Amino acid sequence: MSETRIDRRFAALKEEGRAAFVTFVMAGDPDLETSLDIIKGLPGAGADIIEVGMPFTDPMADGPAIQQAGLRALAAGTTLTRTLDLIRTFREGDNDTPIVLMGYYNPIYAYGVERFLKDGKAAGIDGLIIVDLPSEEDEELCLPALEAGVNFIRLTTPTTDEKRLPAVLKNTSGFLYYVSIAGTTGAAAPEPADVAKSLERIRAATDMPIAVGFGIRTPEQAAAIAEIADGAVVGSALVERVGNASSRQEAVRSTLALASDLSAGIRSVTKK
Amino acid sequence: MSQLNTYRAGPDETGHFGLFGGQFVAETLMPLILELDEAYESSKKDPEFAKQLKGLLKHYVGRESPLYFAERLTDHFGGAKIYLKREDLNHTGAHKINNCMGQILLALKMGKKRIIAETGAGQHGVATATVAARFGLPCAIYMGETDIERQKPNVFRMKLMGAEVVPVTSGSRTLKDAMNEALRDWVTNVKDTFYIIGTVAGPHPYPALVRDFQNVIGEEVRRQIMEAEGRLPDTLLACIGGGSNAMGLFHPFLDDENVDIVGVEAAGHGIDTDQHAASLKGGRPGVLHGNRTYLLQDDDGQIIEAHSISAGLDYPGIGPEHAWLNDVGRVNYVNATDDEAMEAFQLCCKLEGIIPALETSHALAHLKKIAPDLPKDHIIVVNLSGRGDKDIFTVADALGVEL
Repeated sequence: MSETRIDRRFAALKEEGRAAFVTFVMAGDPDLETSLDIIKGLPGAGADIIEVGMPFTDPMADGPAIQQAGLRALAAGTTLTRTLDLIRTFREGDNDTPIVLMGYYNPIYAYGVERFLKDGKAAGIDGLIIVDLPSEEDEELCLPALEAGVNFIRLTTPTTDEKRLPAVLKNTSGFLYYVSIAGTTGAAAPEPADVAKSLERIRAATDMPIAVGFGIRTPEQAAAIAEIADGAVVGSALVERVGNASSRQEAVRSTLALASDLSAGIRSVTKK
Repeated sequence: MSQLNTYRAGPDETGHFGLFGGQFVAETLMPLILELDEAYESSKKDPEFAKQLKGLLKHYVGRESPLYFAERLTDHFGGAKIYLKREDLNHTGAHKINNCMGQILLALKMGKKRIIAETGAGQHGVATATVAARFGLPCAIYMGETDIERQKPNVFRMKLMGAEVVPVTSGSRTLKDAMNEALRDWVTNVKDTFYIIGTVAGPHPYPALVRDFQNVIGEEVRRQIMEAEGRLPDTLLACIGGGSNAMGLFHPFLDDENVDIVGVEAAGHGIDTDQHAASLKGGRPGVLHGNRTYLLQDDDGQIIEAHSISAGLDYPGIGPEHAWLNDVGRVNYVNATDDEAMEAFQLCCKLEGIIPALETSHALAHLKKIAPDLPKDHIIVVNLSGRGDKDIFTVADALGVEL
């Protein structure tokens, strides 16, 4: 497939000699307008890639923070159509920052795969992370996405052994997302030494950039991951800022403030 | 699945029954699910495994369960001859233990050290807690807060047997949310934990594996009805939430084209309201909990909460093989409302001296609609999937009786 914004971003960061700061926020959390303000502000706060969650009633791989974010978004009337509208509006002011939609398959299946890829591509999405579509189900969405020029980013986990890894890598593109602990999002922090060992094993099998996520909450943790990975993903900690805010202004301000701190942590590590 | 000379060949090698089934789970779980599939396939070829399971089903569960001619129900309706397959007489009071016994032997074979399960009515939770106690493994049962409230006796039973009952407060606080939470536990404790799924749903190989362990029901019925009547039944009847008791009864008869097979979903307040649990008749195909099947969902693919007076049927999906059997037309799926189930519950108590589970009462409710008009030599077998002692508080409440 042809080069995407994700490919270009990782190439530029390699040149720059630092890891990517990948942020996750939920579309429509706490409402569509506020989440648009947050997403618009993230590149300025240092985000290199933005993952936007598509809310789902039954997020079985997510911890409490992202579960709550999804429920808030659904309560605010977020639908997949509105999520795509949000991306389209964001793209009007930013044509460079890669956008990755993350979530579960059923809302996409209900929307229609072909229609989703067409509308998503037109809205300006670059990649997809669909938690409940392992390589066994590649024909559902992964292969059509590649055909449409959208990266399908797969999760690899501590349970992905040598035997399994080739299946995970096979149709992955853009980057590989290493889930640093066996668990749900927002769980315990990973041990950087363990992560480094796993990354070494994965790097022996692929040249693709590897971003590491799950359990990263502080600038220090983000910096430690930036030392060893091509990107650090933060989701639950940002989403909690939205959840704890007492007004929409505070939600925007406090989420972006944390993003800036995390970004500074990642930017403190140079790899040249 | 292209050869239609049998309805019993599924799933295909990718775990599909036609469009339905599959393996829609997080990557963390995939290696485990593949490992489970291997262990299950090898257990099928292992005569020791079969022997051990058979022995436990006989001496511990109390199989075989009787096929009982329900004379007074038959007289009451004045038509077809009604037999009840007495799964309520199994140890723990329902069919659920057939599957739990099979799965815990698999868990032991795989060297797993901890058991988890989800439960709605608590019957599967009790059966899981039972086998975990019997084999000395720690066990956590996820149960929605709403269900904990309406199934107190079963909660206490589980605790007596040493299980930890974990209240689930997310979502609708019923079976679907308990399943989400159990999956979250599994993702977190992948290495040592075995997830005993209670129904013919979830990622492949669960739908096939649970079915195979429940098939003992239908296999016994075949033998028993041949002994009693010298021929196969004309109609099979079972209630369906996820559909394990129904699949266990139906599957051995799928290729007997003269046997009419009827599954009864829970229609709650009515299938034309938004308060029901009839995913086949009121839902459409979607993906949840590891498989594609019929789901109650809105236009945006968000899952809608199910409603049924019976906690065990209160689930917005159905096993993928049922979804397929519905689409190919082999099984006729109908439904019964809360009120119809309540009426059948009381009738069975009064006429047969058997307190059926509220789940089972949905199957019994369908008798009224078909039995009176059928000839006296027409044989109906109803799966009496569970006993109703656990439901007496719910029933008292519905009848306005204070206990």
